Amino acid sequence: MSIPDPLQIFADWITYSVLGLAPASPLGSTVNFFIYDSIKVTILLAIIVFFVAIVRTFITPQKVKKWLGGRHEGVGNVLAALLGVPTPFCSCSAVPLFIGFVESGVPLGITFSFLIASPLINEVAATMLFALFGWQIATLYIVSGLIIAIIAGIIIGRLKLESEVEEFVYKVKLHDREQGEMTWRQRVEFGISESKCITLKVLPYILIGIGIGAIIHGYTPADFLVGIAGPGNPLAVPIAVLIGIPLYSNAAGMIPIMEVLTSKGMAIGTALAFMMGVIGLSLPEMIILRKVIKVKLIAVFVGILFIAFTFTGYLFNAVLG
Amino acid sequence: MKIAVLGAGCANCEKLEANVRKAVAELGISAEIEKITDFTKIAEYGVMMLPALVVDEKVVIEGKVASIGDVIKILKVQV
Repeated sequence: MSIPDPLQIFADWITYSVLGLAPASPLGSTVNFFIYDSIKVTILLAIIVFFVAIVRTFITPQKVKKWLGGRHEGVGNVLAALLGVPTPFCSCSAVPLFIGFVESGVPLGITFSFLIASPLINEVAATMLFALFGWQIATLYIVSGLIIAIIAGIIIGRLKLESEVEEFVYKVKLHDREQGEMTWRQRVEFGISESKCITLKVLPYILIGIGIGAIIHGYTPADFLVGIAGPGNPLAVPIAVLIGIPLYSNAAGMIPIMEVLTSKGMAIGTALAFMMGVIGLSLPEMIILRKVIKVKLIAVFVGILFIAFTFTGYLFNAVLG
Repeated sequence: MKIAVLGAGCANCEKLEANVRKAVAELGISAEIEKITDFTKIAEYGVMMLPALVVDEKVVIEGKVASIGDVIKILKVQV
């Protein structure tokens, strides 16, 4: 590919002409990398978050629960996973969403397909993967995330764990309230406000991540991680998923660091499995879900996802490695 | 005016509550601000995303940390 990249020209100009750094020096390469990646990611994020936010104005959770109520295994799980993608929720919303779904007759397995897909596949992570790893890896991540959400939901549904839901959930009556439809003007305004808000919120994490990545990029040898996290170490995948679980809040900052770690010898499947652990399983969400489901169901939920992420990591290492 | 902030105690919910208190102070209106953390009560409002804001028993914000300015706009409409 010999198409000139205007962003690369700009980053080169700032680094080598304005700052006067030597192109071959570690500092020059670090600064150039930092400038290029941070501008690229910020622009892409602002654009993609805008479009996803527009889509989101059509999908309120109140509509989702109506669409999913009484659905059958299979179609219901696919629909739930797809609807989960543009619909994010902060971990404390897991409980009211769960109550709303159960109350309107959404089967347990289908509810879980939604609850798994929503955090696991989100526009910020997908954009970062696209910007830093390319569209192939981003697509692979989205598709495997959907398959995991669908299959894990089907398994949870088949296990017949309805008795592991706290009794009070079945007694709650959710008030059905009228929601006015937004006008197109309001949808666009919402998109702009979300784009600004989300991009600014994750930007500090991204910059820190890119900064740390740039330092690793400039100062460590290329085969630095081959021994510990390369394709040759089979334990690397499950350990990567385990390390990822408590790192929830820094998901946006993790991807730039992973980009660099893969360039230093970490296997790509291990990196993706780590990412899934970071954003797909979060400690605060599990703690808050305990209010509506019993420990056994939480353990099943976490166990299935842990196995699924690890398996996906091995699969990608085998196919791409 | 009766205002209720619906949330489960996470950072976002606390931020909305703080913004609501500042907005009420700025408007200089007298309002009773209540914090609702009970999930059964939250469901009774038909809310599925947190944090949420209820003014005089009507849900005006759901699943969003509204800024002080936005809360002021909403409260003015309700007055």
